[in-house]
Amino acid sequence: MNSSRDWTIEETAAHLRGGDVTAVTLAEEALARIAADDEQLGAWLAVYREQALAQAHAADERLRAGDPLTTLTGVPLGIKDNFNVVGMQATAGSKILGEYVARYESTATARLREAGAVLVGKTNLDEFAMGSSGEFSGFLPTKNPWDLAHTPGGSSSGSTVAVAARHVPGALGTDTGGSVRQPSSHCGVVGVKPSYGRVSRYGIFAFASSLDQVGPLARTVRDCALLLQHIAGHDERDATSVPLGVPNYLSACGRGLDGLRIGVPREYFGEGIDPQVENAVRRAIRVMEQNGAEVLDISLPHTPYCVAAYYLIASAECSSNLARYDGVRYGARNEAADLGAMYTATRQTGFGPEVTRRILLGTFALSAGYYDAYYLKALKARTLIRNDFLKVFNEIDVIAAPVAPSPATRFGEHRDDPLAMYLSDILTISANLAGICGMSVPCGMSPQGLPIGLQLLGPAFGEEKMFAAAAAYEAIAAHEWPWPEVTA
Amino acid sequence: MSWETIIGLEIHAQLATRTKAFCGCANRYGDEPNTNVCPVCLGLPGALPVANRKAVELGLRLALALGCAIRERSIWARKNYFYPDLPKGYQISQFDRPLATGGLLPVRLKDGAVKNVGITRLHLEEDAGKSFHGEGADLTASLIDLNRCGVPLAEIVSEPDLRSPDEAWAYMKALRQLVVQLGVGKGNLEEGNLRCDANLSVRKFGEEGLRSRREIKNLNSFKFLRLALEYERSHQIAVYEAGGMIESATLLFDSARGETFVMRSKEEAHDYRYFPEPDLPPLIVVDACVAHTRKKLPELPWEIHARFVEQYALSGYDAAVLTDNAALGAYYERVAARCDAKQAANWVMGDLAALLKERALEIEQSPVGPEMLAEMIKLIEKGTISGKIAKEVLAAMADGEGSAGEIVGKQGLTQLSDEKALAALIDEVLAENPQQLAQLRAGKDRLFGFFVGQVMKKTKGQANPRAVNKLLTEKLNG
Repeated sequence: MNSSRDWTIEETAAHLRGGDVTAVTLAEEALARIAADDEQLGAWLAVYREQALAQAHAADERLRAGDPLTTLTGVPLGIKDNFNVVGMQATAGSKILGEYVARYESTATARLREAGAVLVGKTNLDEFAMGSSGEFSGFLPTKNPWDLAHTPGGSSSGSTVAVAARHVPGALGTDTGGSVRQPSSHCGVVGVKPSYGRVSRYGIFAFASSLDQVGPLARTVRDCALLLQHIAGHDERDATSVPLGVPNYLSACGRGLDGLRIGVPREYFGEGIDPQVENAVRRAIRVMEQNGAEVLDISLPHTPYCVAAYYLIASAECSSNLARYDGVRYGARNEAADLGAMYTATRQTGFGPEVTRRILLGTFALSAGYYDAYYLKALKARTLIRNDFLKVFNEIDVIAAPVAPSPATRFGEHRDDPLAMYLSDILTISANLAGICGMSVPCGMSPQGLPIGLQLLGPAFGEEKMFAAAAAYEAIAAHEWPWPEVTA
Repeated sequence: MSWETIIGLEIHAQLATRTKAFCGCANRYGDEPNTNVCPVCLGLPGALPVANRKAVELGLRLALALGCAIRERSIWARKNYFYPDLPKGYQISQFDRPLATGGLLPVRLKDGAVKNVGITRLHLEEDAGKSFHGEGADLTASLIDLNRCGVPLAEIVSEPDLRSPDEAWAYMKALRQLVVQLGVGKGNLEEGNLRCDANLSVRKFGEEGLRSRREIKNLNSFKFLRLALEYERSHQIAVYEAGGMIESATLLFDSARGETFVMRSKEEAHDYRYFPEPDLPPLIVVDACVAHTRKKLPELPWEIHARFVEQYALSGYDAAVLTDNAALGAYYERVAARCDAKQAANWVMGDLAALLKERALEIEQSPVGPEMLAEMIKLIEKGTISGKIAKEVLAAMADGEGSAGEIVGKQGLTQLSDEKALAALIDEVLAENPQQLAQLRAGKDRLFGFFVGQVMKKTKGQANPRAVNKLLTEKLNG
């Protein structure tokens, strides 16, 4: 459609510096692409033409003046709608936020703005980041650009599709139990969940405070590393962000596979994994082995407890984090005769079924008489799960595994079966529980033409090892599938 | 009365920090509603708390003064409930791992005895906002002011050691005094710096175990604290004596009617679903910090009291009056450093206090400085002026007429002590009043004072009363 469509972030930056395109043109082209096919895809909840152009103008000024420049200056990006971006709506994909417009900026997007990136608009998501299909947005579903009858995965469905459909070369999502990695796998893009505490959560609508992380999405490993480079680092406003220096992730991308020890956990290849997925992933591991990596069998014995621990902890924390959506100070209030009735009417109307389900589960898990048996037990299980990873990372550098048990599902396939949806999270939630880093990089296609991703997990604050493996694999494997075209 | 009263108090003290407990908003009373607010204390989506270091320091200081054991690793916890003045839908507090446990507060009771009231725990938390029901233009609306939301609090829970409303009153007074003296809080009850919830139950003397207690919330004046407890005690006893039962409940005090009433029954009690606050790491207070804070503690109120009794040979009561606030105690010590301690006590507690009260001044604003007062007292000790004249001198000093010495000199108030001169005056008075003299010699002893008065009149009050007494006695006997 327009030439900039296929450029990676790095290529975009090169063209901008080379002067053969302006940031304003890029913004216009991105907006045109969105306008052309988003009606079919539902990736964007709000696009801000004027703001985008204003940012682009400012970026062009910086490019002209030559200072200060970063690789992101002038690059159009999409932001998941659970981030606060001043002047733009922030709904978290939920009706309960009503007409809410962000009044303060999240740290992650502030850092992008400072770098000169052009934030084009807010992308769709499963409501409050709860969901793994893109079907649970409070507004409209997002579709997989590879096959519109299939879901893109979630909860960062919109950001992932915006990148896969080549509306923008990069986007930010959030990953609490796989919400960046899983849709990345289903849509054939690269998505990263940084270590817990690597990127500030200030300004992100909290879902599960001890699990949430901001994650970049793009079409190459280097582009993701670049985005992470800009947003990572300690933030005074987030007491859980870690004051560790940010290494050079781009140079880590060039390290290669020599001497890299890759662990393959037997528990991640068990029953229920689609053979196509297993084949693609094992093939990718073989490729890495043939190119210098050492592959070892490992065990993560507490894997069976991940789902239960995750759902108890995430639900408990979310039941508390979502208490503030009560119609008192902001959002859509349903007036009623008294306070209790107002709370009930507002929250019953405003929250969707999945969010309601998790709040109820979480409230129960924390309630008097049940706290010890459920929540406290889950915290203890979490420690054991975390220890599994600490132990294996003494022997290996990265873990290789599938991202999801199957490629993208059809719409409605699991919608009535919450348990089946939960089980599809099993491969990704362990990283959130353990606080380690993980990413998805494309490694294959199903016979139906749906992407399959390879998951690479690194130790906490060991993103360099993860990027090294992913970038090396990507360079070798060099998949040639053309990007999807969305036809009217 | 065969009934024993068991009372425990939970007092919330606002900490005197510049900013709120978990954000940088001003911790300030009296501003326009909803002006000291930000995304964090408004509970906007995505906002995160960051702990205020000063608040922890002040809480630690108070805990150490109370002799508490400090937990090196304490945990912040969320206390979850819905109310419009609690924007996040939860209050950040501490639950099963509080900052401090196990201390005591020495409390001086009315009869002068000292009771060591146990402290169960001290923990840190944030305050909620304020609600106003039906006070605005729309009587059916409630207004919420979130300026107070997020102000740091120390919650101090006492053991159920108090045995009467009087003791509870004395405990609250003592805790307030400590909080103010340490610089931990302002202790101004009208501004809500100190708020009290009281738990009360009764039982028969000698009975083992405690019966159900009821909690009275938001007792925010010393007067209401005492009234509410007195009412509740009588009420519970009446119920038991009529054969009824007391069930635990949460109450409020209706000050207009002087009665407590049920706000929340046991069935309606909140389940706060406490869990560790995931947005804040555990609070670590290392030994070195504890040692440093303990070392820097000022002299504590009861230590000052004990020292006053010993150093200045004061009664327990006098020492208590003089140490009621730090400024008064400091003033007194500066006076007592320069003159007789007992005299100093009498003058500070007596005439000076009365003068200040009349002029609506605090001791800090006294127009008579401690050194000035001491100089005046020394003039009395030397015999230069009488105690009676000194009262005039004090008033003159308060009016800015100069120092005691200057005033005495200017107004010629020097006491007449010269025995020869006095003897002459006495002779005059005796000669001028022969009837009274005869009556006095006949046995009407009361007339002695009359003659002293006459000498005083002749000397315009400046005669040294002791000398007059002595000389007059000699003359009458001689």
